[in-house]
Amino acid sequence: MSLAKLVRVLAVTAGMVLAANAAQANTDPAPAAPAEKKASTSTADHSKFKELQENFATGPDVTKACLKCHTEAAKQIMHTKHWTWEYLNPQTNQLLGKKHIINNFCTSISSNQEFCTACHIGYGWKDDKFDFSNQDNVDCLVCHDTTGTYRKLPGYAGHPPYKDTEAPAGSGFIVKAVDLKAVAQGVGKTSRKTCGSCHFLGGGGDAVKHGDLDTTLTNPSKYLDVHMAKDGLNFTCATCHETDGHNVPGSRYTPVADDTTPHIRGKKNADPETCQSCHTAAPHKHNARLNTHAVVIACQTCHIPEFARGQPTKMSWDWSTAGKLDKDGKPIRIKDSSGHHDSYDSRKGNFRYESNVIPEYIWFNGKVEYTLRETKLDPTKVVKINTLEGSPTDGKSKIWPIKRFTGKQPYDVGNNQLVVFHTYGKDDSALWTNFNWDKALEYGMKEIGAQYSGKYAFVETEYSWPTTHMVAPKGDALTCAQCHQPSIGVGRLDKVPGIYMPGRRANALLNTAGWAIAALCLLGVLVHGAGRIYASRKGAHK
Amino acid sequence: MSNRIYLFKVFERIWHWSQATLIILLLITGFEVHGSYQILGFETAVNTHTTLAWTLVGLWLFAIFWHFTTGEWKQYIPTLQKVDAMAKYYLFGIFTDAPHPFKATTLKKHNPLQRLAYLFILVFVGPLIWFTGWFYIFYDNWIEWGWDKYLNLEWVATFHTLAAFMMLIFLIVHVYLTTTGHTPLAHIKAMITGWEEED
Repeated sequence: MSLAKLVRVLAVTAGMVLAANAAQANTDPAPAAPAEKKASTSTADHSKFKELQENFATGPDVTKACLKCHTEAAKQIMHTKHWTWEYLNPQTNQLLGKKHIINNFCTSISSNQEFCTACHIGYGWKDDKFDFSNQDNVDCLVCHDTTGTYRKLPGYAGHPPYKDTEAPAGSGFIVKAVDLKAVAQGVGKTSRKTCGSCHFLGGGGDAVKHGDLDTTLTNPSKYLDVHMAKDGLNFTCATCHETDGHNVPGSRYTPVADDTTPHIRGKKNADPETCQSCHTAAPHKHNARLNTHAVVIACQTCHIPEFARGQPTKMSWDWSTAGKLDKDGKPIRIKDSSGHHDSYDSRKGNFRYESNVIPEYIWFNGKVEYTLRETKLDPTKVVKINTLEGSPTDGKSKIWPIKRFTGKQPYDVGNNQLVVFHTYGKDDSALWTNFNWDKALEYGMKEIGAQYSGKYAFVETEYSWPTTHMVAPKGDALTCAQCHQPSIGVGRLDKVPGIYMPGRRANALLNTAGWAIAALCLLGVLVHGAGRIYASRKGAHK
Repeated sequence: MSNRIYLFKVFERIWHWSQATLIILLLITGFEVHGSYQILGFETAVNTHTTLAWTLVGLWLFAIFWHFTTGEWKQYIPTLQKVDAMAKYYLFGIFTDAPHPFKATTLKKHNPLQRLAYLFILVFVGPLIWFTGWFYIFYDNWIEWGWDKYLNLEWVATFHTLAAFMMLIFLIVHVYLTTTGHTPLAHIKAMITGWEEED
């Protein structure tokens, strides 16, 4: 090898090493950033905008700057549930939304707004005097941040930390002040991470509320989510929830149970987030039998074989045990057997977490009726926070997988109604401060101006969640046998009424009679044969 | 020296044994689909059952053609003549070595009870199993063809199962009765070689 050649080889090698190091250095601070930058086809680089060169002091200051160009953005947002937390269900005429319903997780935002509105796309909703018409109150960044550094903490009414903050208080964990300028200059499309910053944490923590939405979806494997897998299709939430004018389609209040007008992406009034809108209602190209199944069975039933496949989800929450303190009068937390989750927390009561949960299956037609605070309830029965309507014969229902979340929560014994209680606040009535139910209930009910008899007890509740996210690859879908010939003895759809399932629903009378007669015939011919043998032997002896 | 008559022609014998094999396999796979036990696994059982069924349909097309072109269909014309004698023979005579009341000839291969039994299979069990089977096979087209207004999978399945139990019972009795020739294996030999030996 000539000297010149050797020098060239060394130079090339050194260059490769340097390049590799540089690439690595790039990925270190924000792993997701380079890929997203590369993929961006935006015609605007927000870091070059003079409106965004300011050192913003607060979130609303950023919003003011955004609205200088995006003049209609806040108006659009203000019409959406993301902003109003209110929804009038046209099917049931019930006024729903986080502002109104009482669930069996954290129960109600009323009297607790300052805490809960960490997940509101606004700034400053700390009580019922929040100005929903002030455009500066809209939080653009929580959805459009691409830096991954924007964060809102519970207890600040939707504001991000403007200075380094210990959170939770007394924990020793410091959340750094948000660099609003950097976040503003880095805005872009929504991502799994931005949507997930609230939706993955519903119910007060990772994977608590939804069995099919949690932080494992930020960077999921194919097995967890065949659409969102980074090494696969790499969908964001908005790929399916195709947003138009800031209105994100898809609803837990009025879900589409059976999309009969499918495959019209882009067409107005169609539902872009259903499976059918891409896959059609007959997606199994080489298996007509599966398409026939899809006439009555929701895609999710087979293609989401279990929920909580990324990490455990909360399955029950018993508020009635909240408030136990140790001998020093301090609240306690007890881990469950996994060591990762609380099984008891003085502030909240007892929990149960489960992973890889087999859903329950029900007929569902998309109509959901809620037990509202005003609704009279029967405390001797399990109170259904929501009732999913459906039947095998209404022509609109399909068999859906659901997560059934059970709980125990306080109700007004005098009025037989669910109650609002004051969970969080910097006062001496909040449950999490003084662990006194009476005070917390009095305060909460007074806050919403509702009648309260002064007497409470705990009632069992359940909340049904149609499972629709975390679609598995087709190889991991349910097999025929899991319904028709379950090796574990219990078929997935054994409890679903109104269907004939070969292998599971045989006519019992016919079965008994059929096998009995066959057995008698066999016995008969054996006896007959034995008789012939006996007779011929006897004959031979003669 | 005993007489021999050539009772079963080549096609007839091939038809009989392939049909027997198919029916036994259909019973095995069918009752698995029905949920009675697990051998192949549900999906494989369904697919195998369907393939076997179509194979049997093909075989039957040949058999029907053969029966009509050869006139052999007349073998199934029912008669009540000597039915009582046959019944009496199976109930009593067979134990006392009484003479068989029926002598097979090439024109009358089947004894009167056989004729009735086969006719029952042909006109009742067969159609029941075929029609319910086809309804089952074409379940995916019910909506498209408008059949879903008239049919119900539960009833289709129940009648298909009913027919299957009848076939099973027929099979048990049929196999046993093959041993009632002048020697226990005489009828079976005849169905293999075509030649029936007589006393």
